[in-house]
Amino acid sequence: MTPGEDRGLVKSVFPRSVRKNWDLYLLALPVVAYFIIIKYLPMYGIQIAFKDFSVSKGIWDSEWVGFKHFIRFFNNYQFWTLIKNTIGISLFQILVAFPLPIIFALMVNEVRTKWFKKSIQSITFMPHFLSMVVLVGMIMAFLSPSTGLINNILRLFGQEPIYFMTEPDMFKSIYVFSDIWQNMGFSSILYIAVLANIDKQLYEAAMIDGANKLQRLIHIAIPCLIPTAIIMLIFQFGSIMDIGFEKIYLMQNDLNKPSSNVISTYVYETGLLGSQFSFSAAVGLFNSVINFILIIIVNQIAKRVSSTSLW
Amino acid sequence: MEHKIAGWGDRIFTIVIYTILSIIMLVTLYPLIYILSASFSDPLYIAKGEVWLLPKDFTFSAYQKVLSNADILTGYRNSLIYLVLGTTINIVMTTMGAYVLSRKDFKGRYVLALLFTFTLLFNGGLIPTYLIYKNMLGLYNNLWVMIIPSAISVWNLIIMRTYFQNSIPIEMQEAAFMDGCSNIRTLTSIVLPLSKPIIAVMALYYGVAHWNSYFTALIYLNDHWRFPLQMVIRSILIQEDMSAMAGGEGESLMQQLLLIEGMRYAVIVVSSLPMLLLYPLVQKHFVKGVMMGAIKG
Repeated sequence: MTPGEDRGLVKSVFPRSVRKNWDLYLLALPVVAYFIIIKYLPMYGIQIAFKDFSVSKGIWDSEWVGFKHFIRFFNNYQFWTLIKNTIGISLFQILVAFPLPIIFALMVNEVRTKWFKKSIQSITFMPHFLSMVVLVGMIMAFLSPSTGLINNILRLFGQEPIYFMTEPDMFKSIYVFSDIWQNMGFSSILYIAVLANIDKQLYEAAMIDGANKLQRLIHIAIPCLIPTAIIMLIFQFGSIMDIGFEKIYLMQNDLNKPSSNVISTYVYETGLLGSQFSFSAAVGLFNSVINFILIIIVNQIAKRVSSTSLW
Repeated sequence: MEHKIAGWGDRIFTIVIYTILSIIMLVTLYPLIYILSASFSDPLYIAKGEVWLLPKDFTFSAYQKVLSNADILTGYRNSLIYLVLGTTINIVMTTMGAYVLSRKDFKGRYVLALLFTFTLLFNGGLIPTYLIYKNMLGLYNNLWVMIIPSAISVWNLIIMRTYFQNSIPIEMQEAAFMDGCSNIRTLTSIVLPLSKPIIAVMALYYGVAHWNSYFTALIYLNDHWRFPLQMVIRSILIQEDMSAMAGGEGESLMQQLLLIEGMRYAVIVVSSLPMLLLYPLVQKHFVKGVMMGAIKG
């Protein structure tokens, strides 16, 4: 075959756009391979939720058992506690922690002193870069009944030390307020960026009309933030059953478990520590399906309410 | 007259905002300062609750113990390896994916975008993923489990794609094509030099994630000598397994307990310092990069 013929063959098999951009396909190849092998291949393993997985038989050859594991989970005495804890922590988190970065961004946006603005941002972003292990380590150090800072302060006022970490009623608050301390500043970046992009002419026009700072905040800044805020809220509600494993697992101990046991830690415990692979896969799948449905629903709602949505 | 009233209102408004922000700043800073001071204090005073703001009876003893601990040093080395190797692969993979998605003339970009974003909504879940990684991909107790599964974050991919689309003029790329540059050549010699801010931000995001993660190691790593720093300090800070560390013959139990109390704070400082030092270097790119990437998405 001569080189000319070779080119002719390539021409006829591949359309023009592919020939022109052949090296873009080369760039895409490892990325696509990554997604298929690392992200999609594990979905093949989901079938064990409907099987009695045994290590010797493997995923494919284990026996089908239908919804047995799901029914066992629904009838489990822990079922409602897990749901209640999972949703409870998320809802508390959304109610308390979601509005704060918005309010914080609105305040930072009003600051005109450059060095002050810079330092408030640098300082409040900092805790975001601490690891979960360090954060929970700090929480435990500060809340320690014998040597912790908080109990030292309580002792100054003649109070008895409180056993924060082992008190189930405290768990949610410790979880959410430490999260606010760690992430409020960082979560505000997006809102600060939106506020910085507002057309200055809007403000000038409002000033000419005699609007004061508070009025400008209410009538210009807040409305400009609402679309972004709604998208962020969608994410939050969509992941209401998807509470992170990492922090809760570190904060968990036998005594606070009545309020700290959530679906993700339960899956880890029954699956990886207890080797009930099929059962825990079923619990996990139940959770994923709910998450999936939730995010689709909230997205539809957002579309109708404000014409902003994720897709 | 009206103008004057507005002026007073504005002044009160400004004072209130500066006051609240100052309080927020103090509340954020105080725990960090306390940790730093406690790490340099004699543990006796921490236990007695006499350290409030500045170190009391300044000493390096906690740091000496921490930095001579073999587990911590191994963890530090491992975390550095995972950080450097992992972030390099992150940047290469994310750049490739983001550039392909940013090219409007690339057929199939919608299919690819769908393929990628679907993984945000649904995934295999912990147990199936664990079984597949372990039994089919051989990632259990393998160094690469710390690198490969986290090679691309879809969020970062989207941010970078948006940056390529909005901040690199397509005309410049077209000029390069006219000169006979291939797509890859254009990416490396036109697009990437203009993308330093976003690459810096991505490196920070990915780097921090590698340095701070313990979950993957908890699930997939078995050998202690492979553990990243976070797993080591987890056993010290959370499981309070410090007996082995305090060590030292001839010290009374009380002295050991006190030393442990002091080490806790030094461990926090030593493990967090690299990221806290890295972040101001990138900060100037930071808000800018996020803005350019995230907005107009």
